[in-house]
Formats: sequence, structure tokens, C-alpha cells
Amino acid sequence: MENVLARYRNTTILVAVLFVQIIGLAVQVKKPTDAGSMLLIRYWVVSAITPLERAVVSTSRGFRNVWTSYLDLRDVRAENRALKEQIDHMRIDEVRLKQDADQARRLQALLAFKEQVISETVAAQVIGSSGSEQSRILYIDKGANDGIQPDMAVISPGGIVGKVLHTFRHSSQVLEISDQSSGVGAILEKSRLQGILKGSAGGEVSMQYVMSDEKVEPGERVLTSGGDRIFPKGLPIGNVTAVSPGRDLFLNIRIKPAADLSRLEEVLVITRIVDREPESADTGGPMRAADILAQRLPTVEKKAPPEGEKTAATPALSTGPSAAKPKPEAPKPATPGTATQGAERGSSTRAAGSESRPLADVTKPTGRPAPPPAPSQPVVQPPAQPDQGAPQ
Amino acid sequence: MNVAVTYTSREEIEVYKFSALATVLIPLLAILAQVFVPVRLRFFSVFDLPLLVTLFFAVARRSQVSGLMTGAVIGLLQDALTHQPLGLYGIAKTVVGYGASSLGVKIDVENPGSRLLIGFVFYWVHQAVYFLVARNIGGLSLEWRWLHAFGAALANGLLAIVVFAILDRYKQRA
Repeated sequence: MENVLARYRNTTILVAVLFVQIIGLAVQVKKPTDAGSMLLIRYWVVSAITPLERAVVSTSRGFRNVWTSYLDLRDVRAENRALKEQIDHMRIDEVRLKQDADQARRLQALLAFKEQVISETVAAQVIGSSGSEQSRILYIDKGANDGIQPDMAVISPGGIVGKVLHTFRHSSQVLEISDQSSGVGAILEKSRLQGILKGSAGGEVSMQYVMSDEKVEPGERVLTSGGDRIFPKGLPIGNVTAVSPGRDLFLNIRIKPAADLSRLEEVLVITRIVDREPESADTGGPMRAADILAQRLPTVEKKAPPEGEKTAATPALSTGPSAAKPKPEAPKPATPGTATQGAERGSSTRAAGSESRPLADVTKPTGRPAPPPAPSQPVVQPPAQPDQGAPQ
Repeated sequence: MNVAVTYTSREEIEVYKFSALATVLIPLLAILAQVFVPVRLRFFSVFDLPLLVTLFFAVARRSQVSGLMTGAVIGLLQDALTHQPLGLYGIAKTVVGYGASSLGVKIDVENPGSRLLIGFVFYWVHQAVYFLVARNIGGLSLEWRWLHAFGAALANGLLAIVVFAILDRYKQRA
């Protein structure tokens, strides 16, 4: 036996090394690591490589900046960069606003419908890739220390890029939408057909699970549907380039990504998305306190409240922003609490009532919330009417 | 009497060794270039620099154990930078390292023509092993693209001539 092993020593070692790796591979496949966790060796290797990548990127960027800054006019270049950044932001905003408008029209009748709004983003620089055609991964220079977490959406000014797969302290791994294990909820802009965006081994992107009896035109824009709970609804994904019958009664819709995935240098990671109820059209702008009062008063009961309630309202009234203001011409009420009482009696008591009433009280519920006045627009108090004194 | 048949001259079967620094830094730089350059130049991902380094060390050392171990380590490092299970590249490069070092004993690996062939052939071997392991053990759904594989093999064969010529400077006679 020993002779056999000695004679086939190299082959034995080869078999042993392969066996160990195959067993390790089988264990990983059988028992995949949880989302967010990873093997220690992977953590070590990435932690060792990414600082080198970061150094290479910053060095090359430094050289490039020095070179171009000496060649170009510095002020023009800086201004151009700022304007480009502004345009990029505006393009994102434009797409979102357009989508919002369409959405509002379609869902106008629905109450309590919530939309997702990008609240916070972190700008990051692409510092590396997996280097493999079978694994379309990017590394960015922001990690857990910068608030990045797995499953956060990564976008560029052109469109979506991918999602955060793993985070390290100072870097993160981003799975591109062109990877074959990627999946994004997608919707066609005009036809509103929904499907799932999938990558492929060759890096092509296609939209799947659209029935073959549907009509899809090449050139149609594809947006995120928000169904994956990662990407907010309405972000651009790309355009349809080709449509052909696929397997199992579904269309095979080829998509050209809007973001140039082969030339990514900077990306944005969406770190916070808020659910917001859309504002209806008639409450779009800030309302003046007088307008709010005018809307409210006709519905107010004319019956005076009991005496106890009047006094209970007194402390709140005295803390209002307009309480300290001098009252120009209106007759002084007997007690501060009568302001509320006066307001509830009818339009004739508005002047005295509104003067000492805090805005918070004025905008209290009347069936729908009213927004506070804009900071730049002072609250306009209704004019006092001298001939209508405060009720006693 | 049993005599091993080789197609190399006495000079060609010279065994080389490398300094510890070169042994560590060359694979590391190859991996670094492999993960960094495709970000700026996407087409560079068709090249497999770690594979070429594995081949170079294997044919220069002409030791099967050394070749397979070098391949395993470089492959596992490469695996760690992807999001796929560890071992796909490790297994493929272990086989390539073993095969290249076995071949290095038998044929002349110093001229550009043989280096082109080594790069070309072992790229196919590497991709075939990777494909088989990824599909059958890793459970990945890969599609084999003949034309792409042929082009990539040719590109790696051509790059092998350049890379081997550069790395020749770090060889030391054993």
C-alpha cells in the first residue's frame, strides 16, 4: 500500500486536494450562508484586496485630475462638473416626478395609497469587480461604516445598477442587474405589463414572465415596479431592444440597460426609502391660516361649549406664536380663552378668535390634514373687525 | 529498462524556482489586475490573468504538486472575490496546474508557439472543468458559448506569450 501511494504520490495529492474542494463546495451548495453572512476566507480576501484597489483608484484618479486640471481651465471645469452633477440629479428627479404624475392620475381615487420616495443616498466610487465573466460583481468604496447594508439599491444617473450583496467595513459587494442570479421587479412604461428582469451568463439582460399574447414594442422604456422591495418604483432600467417568443408561453424581451454597466465610476446607494402618501392636487401649496379658517368655520357648530372647556383651552392659546403680537384694533376679549369660544360662534367672531390662536390649533383636523405654512410665508391673520366684539 | 520519452532538450527541462516575494506578489498582482482593470476596460474580463500565472509557475517549476497547489490557492483567492461558492475556480485551476506541470516536463515551453498553445489549450481545459463543476456540483445554470470560448482561448493564448515573457525575468535556476 505504501509503495502504491509513494509511486502515485502526485496523483494522490491531486485527488486529495480535489476531494477536499469538492466536499467544501458541496457543503456550501447544500447549506448556503445566510444573507449578510459570509465565509471567513472571503471576508479576509476582500478585506485584503479592496484597500489595494482603493489605493490604485485614488492614485490613478489623482494623476488624472492633476493632468486634466493643468490642461483645462480650472473654473470652467469645476463649473461643468457641478452642472453635470446637477443634471444627473435632475434626470433622476425628472423620471421620478413623471412617474409620480402618471401614478397620481391612475390612482387618484385610491385613498391611503403610499408611494416610495428616495430619502437618503450615499455616493460611492467603483473600485473593482470580481474579474470573472460568471460573476458580475462590483466593489464600491463605501461599507458598513458608511451606513450601507445588504439589499440596498444601487443606482447611477442613467438607471439602476444592482443591489448590495455583502458589506464590509469600508467596502461593499454589489450584484449587477446583468448577473444571472439577479432579479428585479420591472414594468413596461406604456403597456404597464409587469415582469422580472433577469441577467444571464453572457451579461445580457432580459425581462421574463410577460405572456406571449401581449404586445411589446422595441424601444419601450422599462422601469422598476417596486415589487422586489429593493428598488423604489419608477426608476429607469432600460429600453426594450428585441422581442421574441420564449419558452412556456412567455415572451423573451431583451433589454438594454439604461446605466452603462461597463463604464461605472460612481454610483449612488439608496440608504433610505420612505413611504409617503401622495398629496392631492388641492392641498399642493401652503395655505394661509385665514383660508383654513374660512374653510372650517361654516362647518363648525354654533353651540357654545361649556364653561369648563373654555378655561381648559386657555394655556394653549397663550403659547401660540401670535399670542405675543399686539392686537391692533380689535376689542380685547374678556379672557384669553374666549378666543376659541368666539371662533366657534361664527364668522363674526373670527377676528378676535384668530388673533391669539396658535397655528397648530388653526390647522387641527377638519377631515383632511392641512400643511403648515411655508417658512417664508408669514401667517396672515384675518383683519380685526372693530364692530364685532368678542362674545362674553 | 523503462525510459521516459520527452520532447525537450537538456536545456528545456531546466527546472526553475522563484523568490518568496515573486511567489506571493505575482499572483497577487495578477488577481488585483483581474479585478481592477475590467472596471475601466470591460473587454479585459475575457482574459484570465490568474490562469496564466498558474500556467507559468506550473511549467517553470515542473513539479506537479507545486503546480496543483499553486492553482488551488490562486483559484480559491479568485473564488473569494466572486459571490459564488468557493471551489469553482479552485478545482479548475488545481487541474490546470497539475496538467500544465505534467506537460512542462515533456514539451518545450520556452518558445512563443508552445506558450500560445499552452494558453489556448489550458483555457479550454479550465473552462470545461469550471463549467462541469459549476453545473453539476455548484448548481449554477451556465450556458456554454463555443464562439466566445474560442475567442477567449485565443486571446489568452496570445496574452500568455506576453505575460510569460515578462515573468521570465523572475525565474531563477533551481
